[in-house]
Amino acid sequence: MTCLAASTDTDSMMQMSVNREFEGPKLPPPTPRTLAELKQGESGIIDRLDLPEDIARRLMELGFLPGHVVVPARSAPGGEPRVYRVDGSEVALRRETAARLILRPPSKSTGKIVKP
Amino acid sequence: MSDCHSCGSCAVAAPPPKLGKATRSHVVAIIGPPNSGKSTLFNRLTGLRQKVANFPGVTVEQRIGRARTSSDRDIVLIDLPGVYSLNPRSEDERVTHDVLKGEMKDAPKPDAVLLILDSTNLGRHLVLAAPILSLKLPTLVILNMADDLAHRGGNVDTAELASELGAPVALISAAKGDGVEKVLQFIVGTAGGTTSLAAPKVELPVLQDIPRCRQWARQVGVGAAYQAPAPPLWTRRLDAVFLHPVAGPLIFLAVVAGVFQTIFSGAKPLMDGLQAWIEHGSAWLGNALPEGIFRSMLVEGVGHGVGSVVVFLPQILLLFLFIGILEDSGYLARAALIADRTMAKFGLQGKSFIPLLSAYACAVPAIMATRTIESKRDRLATILIAPLMTCSARLLPYTLIIGAFIPERPLLGKLFGTQAAAMLGLYVLGFVAAIVTARLLKSSILKSERTPFMLEMPPYRMPTLRSLGLRLLDRSKVFLRRAGTVILAVTLVLWVLLHLPLQNGKPPEIEHSFAGMIGHTVEPVIKPLGFNWKIGIGLISSLAAREVIVGTLGTIYGVEDTGAQSMGLRQRLQSELTLGGAVALLIFFAFAMQCMSTIAVVRRETGGWKWPALQFAYMTFLAYLGAFITNQVVRSGFFT
Repeated sequence: MTCLAASTDTDSMMQMSVNREFEGPKLPPPTPRTLAELKQGESGIIDRLDLPEDIARRLMELGFLPGHVVVPARSAPGGEPRVYRVDGSEVALRRETAARLILRPPSKSTGKIVKP
Repeated sequence: MSDCHSCGSCAVAAPPPKLGKATRSHVVAIIGPPNSGKSTLFNRLTGLRQKVANFPGVTVEQRIGRARTSSDRDIVLIDLPGVYSLNPRSEDERVTHDVLKGEMKDAPKPDAVLLILDSTNLGRHLVLAAPILSLKLPTLVILNMADDLAHRGGNVDTAELASELGAPVALISAAKGDGVEKVLQFIVGTAGGTTSLAAPKVELPVLQDIPRCRQWARQVGVGAAYQAPAPPLWTRRLDAVFLHPVAGPLIFLAVVAGVFQTIFSGAKPLMDGLQAWIEHGSAWLGNALPEGIFRSMLVEGVGHGVGSVVVFLPQILLLFLFIGILEDSGYLARAALIADRTMAKFGLQGKSFIPLLSAYACAVPAIMATRTIESKRDRLATILIAPLMTCSARLLPYTLIIGAFIPERPLLGKLFGTQAAAMLGLYVLGFVAAIVTARLLKSSILKSERTPFMLEMPPYRMPTLRSLGLRLLDRSKVFLRRAGTVILAVTLVLWVLLHLPLQNGKPPEIEHSFAGMIGHTVEPVIKPLGFNWKIGIGLISSLAAREVIVGTLGTIYGVEDTGAQSMGLRQRLQSELTLGGAVALLIFFAFAMQCMSTIAVVRRETGGWKWPALQFAYMTFLAYLGAFITNQVVRSGFFT
């Protein structure tokens, strides 16, 4: 099981917004590290779920399992919750939850070229 | 696909009758993940021979029905709550788990299981097969939505799957009825005691380990040459519209407004027709019966009282029809998605949205539906605010008062008029009161951490007439049963109170009757709201159920109007209430908790009188204050 104890909600939200402001349009797009950072239509592979055990189990039952490919689809107005395509179905999650689903770095995933 | 190798032992002819066993019913449980078509299959197998009941001691609803088969044994089908696994965490899962293990008190252990899975998403749905097969009950694995699978280019070898799982497999389409005969054959076969379960080819995984279970499901799928179908093209196209950043919310609002307009104007011809029939019937009864106390009671009490409630049946059915279409088509999940951000602002989660939406029909099933919310505090908050949502019983006083006091003028062409707008306004008012209350609760006594929102978006499907029809039939039964019990009882008691004490052996003037005395006693309290003593009688009797006020006023005016030409309820109301009092009455009904069934269900759900008492006090206070302010404001606006 890959369910770790998590920091508080506000912490991760703060981090996210800070990262965004800094990375802006000047730099090349960073590699998405969590599901929340994936853009619509991009795909990522789940590495682990950084959530309390009961919530992680629910998500795994819905298909968010390590090794599964996830593709973000449409969202509610305002950008969240967003629908994610995973394991043959579509499941909507809020950004705060998606930010806890850690993606595999490209080196571990198949078919992606990693820059040195 | 229809070859019966696929379902191993189910191809047996009807077994020879076994006299000894014929007395005990053969119990078959239907289980499957949410959105797998469980209820559609259940409706298919049982048709009209079904009822909704509660498991004793817990609040989880179960549907029980009888299947018509060639077997001489009585076959009872139980539709269990939809679950993804058998790890008992929510109350739903615990019930499913306990029933299947035979640990549920007073519920018989099933003799056989129908495991229904969505064939278009077999990889994930097969995960549930592991815990079900490990129960070692005779199990038929049903792959539903065969038509969808074939249409989208998917495939599965059912014979291979059966040998992989060691259980018979049937590929069916419950919505179209294709392959349902295989399910019946299986049921009859197990009733005759001919089915046994073989060991699965691929050993079952450790059930607690979800990744292992998923791995097992994949292996089984590969063994059965499962080819997942192409993505549902229409669902994607429709989502492009319904979840469009601009069009989506607009459509959401248009759907809501359209529903209200149709409920209000679409039901009118039907209601007028029904009204004419009831009047006709009670006039005929009046002529056929001899003059006397009995006739008076039947015509004035039952005819006017119960009759004026029954008239609203078409409107209630239209509302349930719309909710049924929204739910069955898959749009409701999208609506919940669109609403989630708004819900989050008020401290609730998206999962609260669906019970709250169904509270628009009735708070009782809505409160029972909150059991899917895992967080106890979120669940309690949802229970406490659900009765503020505008339930269908409020439609009766609303329609009556709006029809009498709000002149109909077009607002948006012919499609949307002032009366529908007033109605929509009241619905919005209830919703606002509910979410503000939620905010108050969640920032004080029910403060908790946010629980994540996760909601599966089912593919869009065309609602079937069969399932919509069954819903409406069920609703009609509930409504008429209430009209025939609670409302009949209240109107009869009221009729008696209106006719006693006798003065010189004759019924008194209504003012001097017991009911009149009660009305006069409460009049000082409700006068500031713009209500007179007759409305007071109505308010007291509507503590039983909101719609009773319509029947009560019908009876009071019916008694008053004996002999003279009876005016319609609307005209009578116009002469009883000022505009201020009428609007205040609407506000009162928007907030007050006048429903015994709701109080009873809240007590049961929360395990005591504390929460329902608090809720009742809060809502009555809100209703009184709201009505008071409304009456004063409208009145002053009119006199200055």
